Amino acid sequence: MNPEPQDLIVRTVCRRLAPFIQLFGLYVIMHGHSSPGGGFQGGVILAASFILLTLAEGAEMVQRRFSAATLTVFMSAGVLLYAGIGVVCLVLGANYLDYGVLPFLEPRSVGMLVIEIGVGSTVMAAMLSIFRDLLTF
Amino acid sequence: MVGTLFDFVIGHFNTVTYIILMMIGFYAMTGKTNLVKKLVGMNIFQWSIILFVVSLAAKRGATIPIVVGGPDQNAERVLDVADYVNPLPHVLMLTAIVVGVAVTGVALALLLRIHRRYGTLEEDELLERVRTSE
Amino acid sequence: MNAHQSALPILIILAPLLTSFALPVLGWWYRPAVFPVALIALTVSCGTAIVAAREVLVNGPLHYYLGGWAPPWGVELRIDSLGALMLLLITVLTLLIGIYSKKSVVKEIPSKDVPFYSVYLVMVAGLAGLVSTADMFNLYVFLEITSLASYALVSIGGGAAVVSAFRYVILGTVGAAFYLLAVGYLYSMTGSLNMADLSRILPGLYDSTTVLVGFAFFVIGISIKMALFPMHTWLPGAYANAPSAVSALLAATSTKVAAYVLVRVMFFVFEPRFSIEVIPVTTLLGWMGAVAMILGSVMAIAQSDFKRMLAYSSVAQIGYIVLGIGLANTAGFTGGILHLINHAFMKGGLFLVAGAIVYRTGLREIREFRGLSLKMPVTAATFAVCALAMVGIPPTGGFFSKFYLILGAIDAGNWVFVGVIVLSSVLALAYLANVLRYMYFPGEAAAGRGGELPVPGPIIRDEVPWSMLGPMLAVAAGIVLLGVFSGEVVGQFIEPSTPDGLAR
Repeated sequence: MNPEPQDLIVRTVCRRLAPFIQLFGLYVIMHGHSSPGGGFQGGVILAASFILLTLAEGAEMVQRRFSAATLTVFMSAGVLLYAGIGVVCLVLGANYLDYGVLPFLEPRSVGMLVIEIGVGSTVMAAMLSIFRDLLTF
Repeated sequence: MVGTLFDFVIGHFNTVTYIILMMIGFYAMTGKTNLVKKLVGMNIFQWSIILFVVSLAAKRGATIPIVVGGPDQNAERVLDVADYVNPLPHVLMLTAIVVGVAVTGVALALLLRIHRRYGTLEEDELLERVRTSE
Repeated sequence: MNAHQSALPILIILAPLLTSFALPVLGWWYRPAVFPVALIALTVSCGTAIVAAREVLVNGPLHYYLGGWAPPWGVELRIDSLGALMLLLITVLTLLIGIYSKKSVVKEIPSKDVPFYSVYLVMVAGLAGLVSTADMFNLYVFLEITSLASYALVSIGGGAAVVSAFRYVILGTVGAAFYLLAVGYLYSMTGSLNMADLSRILPGLYDSTTVLVGFAFFVIGISIKMALFPMHTWLPGAYANAPSAVSALLAATSTKVAAYVLVRVMFFVFEPRFSIEVIPVTTLLGWMGAVAMILGSVMAIAQSDFKRMLAYSSVAQIGYIVLGIGLANTAGFTGGILHLINHAFMKGGLFLVAGAIVYRTGLREIREFRGLSLKMPVTAATFAVCALAMVGIPPTGGFFSKFYLILGAIDAGNWVFVGVIVLSSVLALAYLANVLRYMYFPGEAAAGRGGELPVPGPIIRDEVPWSMLGPMLAVAAGIVLLGVFSGEVVGQFIEPSTPDGLAR
């Protein structure tokens, strides 16, 4: 199953729509602490935008922009960001993932934001790589 | 008799629902021979349990557990716990949902490899082909 | 014993976890660096576990509060002497198998070494977290991390392993889902997830149906993960078809850690008297363990494939461990835990031997192991030491754990269990002596099958490389050391952690 580029109308609409979906996905990641959302949900929405593009444009175009190496880097970077914030807290003297010691203006908020971004990045990369493997059925 | 049964079902609605869903999933896992149907059954099984634990968090007349009023950390506010839905089961089940998605992903990848290697996803044919190819 | 704070528990988990996710990027950049980096992470983990064990023995249990939140609001990591023993077991064995896996991975799955080591390290992190955690839901998370990593590792070889891995996925997920349901039930009645907190709140709730049902779901779920008969059906396929290093890793760690979780929740979260009097789970576990011991050994005798025989033998040995737990007295508990440690080393060693034989000769049928003692003498000697330990010959460790189990059965007044233990040891002798006969006395083996089998040509000594021999010899030495120092192990590690409610 290899999706081919669709009709012009479908392609145009999906191309126009994808950035807004990604913006909404980023909003869901950032706003996880005070509205339904968070890292996992936002990551899935971001992945959904790329899956929409794959279905509309065909697999080659998306694979050119998001190669397997890029996905690996996103996946590793997300987990390392999450674990890394915890290690930074360890290094600064407090317990693991104790955001109170981070040198930001509102340390707990920023700490949670960074780990949500990390989770979102990993989830997006994981969902896209599962989808890509299913494409080569 | 029907009255007490009805009372029981309505009173323990979440338990009855999750048990029915779990048994549907269990039947699909054991009674069907197609591997994809077994996977779907496993998914229904997991999701029913997650549904049940999330339903444990509900309270009558409560609202979502987000304290409105801005990020003013110094304000002293009297909060009544009974006004807010219990957020802990929601958060725990979010993790469980992610785990379920990951397991589904792994299982789908395995199904892809099985199909690529043996050409079938029916369990009886598959076992036959595995036995003959060894 | 006053517990004190220490950062060691989180370091043991963090080292493999961080390295595991740095490995794919490292692999794209410079591939030969992947194995040394993985080995460094395993060594760091092992060293930290040794330091932590020494601290626990001197100072008492170690605590760590994740995120700075004190329990019961936060997730707590806690290592007591039993947990320290399990951590030592896990880190030492995964390090040895990691050293062994270098050549084996090159031979069996050459193009997939980067994902192999990445998932291997995730599994080590999950195992370390599983034995260090003191929070029920955190245990579920680590249990699923370990299980997912093991699903991927079993299927990495391809072929029949993928079908076995799919069955393992289905059954393992059912087990974990039952565990999740148990956590949900217990949370709904107590409102807490911390193990120490639960052990304080639960005794008042022992007559509640919800708690009983939650406990029942927990026992069933963990029994699936532990491959207790009759929920063992995933194990033979997964162990027999996986790559050699993966079989050794699974056999040495994953079922043992599930048995540890059973002990932890049954005896430390719920009091022992709950499992003995309120709902007689210990009697049930004792009998299921006894049935597993006999049936597993009988099925092992019937196998002609070496790894499948070892897999059924694992089912039988897990029966020993569960019998020790089910006897519900101090000697039985000690025997069960000691057998857990011994079996991890013995079965790990046996699977390493199987992997060495596959590496050098590609043989998997026992009939074809003729004359192997001349071709690969060190491998055959390691097999002999592990076999002696499995049967229970002193001074190997196997003798002492069976001794404690028999003592426990006599203490409980249950002579049927004594007979079952002895019978199962005799059956183990049967299937292991069969392999020994083919390895060491090929002429007799040929004559025994009723005919002149063609004697192979001159056998040249052709051993496996040192990076595979070293870990095998270390495991064999470990078995003997565990036997010689079993008194120390029991006195220092197991006795301080024996739960209070067990019968004497």
